[in-house]
Amino acid sequence: MQIKLWINEKEFTDDVSPDIALLEWLRSKGFYSIKRGCETSNCGLCTVLLDGKPVLSCSTLAIRANGKHVTTLEGVEKDALEIGGFMADEGSEQCGFCSPGFIMNVIAMKNELTNPTEEEIKKYLVGNLCRCTGYVGQLRAIKNYLQSKKEV
Amino acid sequence: MFTIDQYVIAESLEEAYELNQSRRNVILGGIMWLKMGKKRIGKAIDLSALDLHKIEEDEDRFYIGAMCTLRDLEVHSGLKKYFNGIIEKSVESIVGVQFRNGATVGGTVFSRFGFSDVLTVLLALDTYVELYKGGIVSLSQFMDMPRDNDILVKIIIKKDNRKVAYVNQRKSVSDLPILACAVSNTGNTWNIVLGSRPAKAQLISLELSENLHEEQINEIINVVKDKIVLGSNDRGSKEYRSILADVFIRRNIEEILLGGNHAD
Repeated sequence: MQIKLWINEKEFTDDVSPDIALLEWLRSKGFYSIKRGCETSNCGLCTVLLDGKPVLSCSTLAIRANGKHVTTLEGVEKDALEIGGFMADEGSEQCGFCSPGFIMNVIAMKNELTNPTEEEIKKYLVGNLCRCTGYVGQLRAIKNYLQSKKEV
Repeated sequence: MFTIDQYVIAESLEEAYELNQSRRNVILGGIMWLKMGKKRIGKAIDLSALDLHKIEEDEDRFYIGAMCTLRDLEVHSGLKKYFNGIIEKSVESIVGVQFRNGATVGGTVFSRFGFSDVLTVLLALDTYVELYKGGIVSLSQFMDMPRDNDILVKIIIKKDNRKVAYVNQRKSVSDLPILACAVSNTGNTWNIVLGSRPAKAQLISLELSENLHEEQINEIINVVKDKIVLGSNDRGSKEYRSILADVFIRRNIEEILLGGNHAD
């Protein structure tokens, strides 16, 4: 089926198979920031924004992105570098495989919640699994990042 | 992952219903669970063009379209206000925000999943489902109906000022529940629901009094455990669930007796 959508504000049209996941289709277009993790809708590695909302691209059909705006890490490089810097400062990134999906969800959280509490941050990011860090460093990094945004 | 031969964006409920009569065709909800199988789907029926993604309310009821996501339920200001966050509480531990932005209410309710937090809470409320051909039936009645090829159009929740409390136990915060328990009270009626037992949630309604004493609470626990069958799976044994059920029913009743979560 023919679809038209915008990835990082650039228009794409394509003829897609009705059962191809958005994850596979985006990677086929060169968006390699999106990682294939559990593929059971649990780990959050494949997170992209669909019309601004974080979704699991492994569990979203490409066809359902028709007419919508998709944001990947490649489209928010400046923010991603900034958040990644805070994570590096806190030693909260080890293998780094979960970082793209994690950062996308941090950006979604920042857009959706105003001055989130620690509990709200934990609740929002619980769908991003990390098998290296234990999350404490990530939490420090995110709090520092959000604080830096307040100070600007 | 399933395969799809043809993708159809239904233009009417009648078209969707007609297509859904073939065993090879499937209505797509959020596909979170469907994707875990390898079904060979003939026609995938998409309801997203049928305006079923809204939550509306009037003085007496909430109307929740089948294509609303669990996240829509979670953040809706009217639902938060009316049941003091109990619906939000029922979905907030379901995997993560990204998952809940995909999973649909219709997919969860129509499938009558045995691990559903949402069904546990909805059963404790005065909830109905609107089926395209079957009309409006109570959720408790729907839970006992055999799976058919009708279409779930919306969920209707009556605003009846009942008090409700909910608690669940998980091995980790975003895992499926080992046991979920909701209790509601209106007048002398006490509704106790056990979900993730591990089978579809079940409701027991008892006529007692508004203010329960210790013996009556024990009686409720005994009746519920006598009528609702608990089982074992890799998350917990039948014996463990039985112990949890004791605690959860009591805890929810006590919360309601102390004020509970009721309508604003």
